[in-house]
Amino acid sequence: MGFDQYHEPPEELPAETRTFARLCASLTEEAEAIGWYEQRMAIEPDRQARAIMRDAQGEEFKHFCMDLEFLLRRTSLWREIAEGILFQEGDIVEHGEEAEEEATEGEAARGAPLAGSESLGIGGLRGAPG
Amino acid sequence: MSHLLREHAPISETGWSLLDTEARERLTPALAARKLVDFSGPHGWEHSATNLGRAEELGGGPGEGVEARRRRVLGLVELRSRFAVARSELADADRGAEDIDLEELDDAARRIAAAENAVVFHGWAAAGTPGVIEASPHERIALGGDCERYPRHVAVAVDALRAAGIDGPYGLALGPEAHTRVLETSQHGGYPLLDHLREILGGPIVWAPAVRGGAVLTLRGGDFMFECGQDLSIGYESHEPGAVHLYLEESFSFRVATPEAAVALAP
Repeated sequence: MGFDQYHEPPEELPAETRTFARLCASLTEEAEAIGWYEQRMAIEPDRQARAIMRDAQGEEFKHFCMDLEFLLRRTSLWREIAEGILFQEGDIVEHGEEAEEEATEGEAARGAPLAGSESLGIGGLRGAPG
Repeated sequence: MSHLLREHAPISETGWSLLDTEARERLTPALAARKLVDFSGPHGWEHSATNLGRAEELGGGPGEGVEARRRRVLGLVELRSRFAVARSELADADRGAEDIDLEELDDAARRIAAAENAVVFHGWAAAGTPGVIEASPHERIALGGDCERYPRHVAVAVDALRAAGIDGPYGLALGPEAHTRVLETSQHGGYPLLDHLREILGGPIVWAPAVRGGAVLTLRGGDFMFECGQDLSIGYESHEPGAVHLYLEESFSFRVATPEAAVALAP
C-alpha cells in the first residue's frame, strides 16, 4: 500500500494535516474517475451500459463534492476564493482573480484561522474529545 | 492592523504565544456546542448577519403599484470576556519561566465558553436566538440523580427522535454535574456507563459547562447551525505599569432549523 498522498514524512505531520492530505488525494481520485467515465461513455455504443456508467459517474460527482466541501470547511481562505468563483455567471478567470485578491486582502483583517491570522483557530470541534 | 489591536500591547511574541496557547487549551474542552452542532465560518469580524432566506411585507410600497418586502436576517452577537495579565508574569515568560500565573485568562476562557454553550443550548431572547433545549417540542425527560437509569432515559430520547424521523448518529450534551456522575459510574459487571451511553447514541457524550441538565440531539447535520463571524481571539484593551488588560472575543449567530431534532433532559 502506498502513502503517496504525503509529500512530507507522515510521522512529522499533525493528524489534521494527514486527514487534509487524505481528502485531497480522495478529491483527485474522484476527479480522475469522473474523467474516465466520461471517456468510457463517449465510446460505449450500448445504451444500457452507458446508463449504468452515467449512474456510476453520478456517484463520483457526489463523492467529489463531499470531499471538496470538507476541505473548504477546513480552509476558510480556500472557501472564500471558491465562493467568488463557483456558481457565478460571467468570466471565470476574472472572478478567480477578483476572489483571490479580495480574500487574501481581507483575511489579514479578520479572525480567520490561517497562518498569520490572530484568531485562536479553534473553529468547529466535531470529532474532538468530549 | 486588525481591530484586536494586538500590535499595541506591550507583549512579546513569546508572551502572545503563551497567551494564545493557554486560551486554546482552556477553551477547547469547554466549547461543548461546537462538538455537536454544525459550524460554519469563520466569516470575519465584518460579517454582521446570517441570511434567513425570509422576507416580511412592508405596508405600502414606495410607489404606486409597487410591492415591498424587507429581508429578515439574524444579527451576529459579539461576546467579550475581559482579563488582565501581570506584566511581571509576562517578563518571566520571556525569561523562560514555565509556571506563569494566567488565572484571570483561565477564568475569562471559562466564562466565554460557558456563555457560548448557554446561548446554543438555552437560547438568548435578547439576541433573538433560540436554544436547542428550549426549542425542542418533545416531552422533557428528567435525568434525576440515579445514574443507573441514564441509559433508559437516553434510549427513550433516541427513540423519540427516531419516531420523529430524525436519523442519527446522536450526541449527548451533559451539564457538569450529570457528566461527572456518568464518569464515576460503572454499571453491574464494571462496564463503564459512558461506553453504554455511547453505544445507544452512536455518537459522543460531551461535557457542557453552563448547560442545565442536557440534551440528546442528532449529528446528521442541517438542524442546528452555529455561524461564526470572528472566531475566538485575544485582543488588547489597555495597559498600565503593572498589568496588561486584554479580552477574549468572538462573534456568532445560532439558529435552530429543526426544533424536533433534539430532546431536552431536565436536571
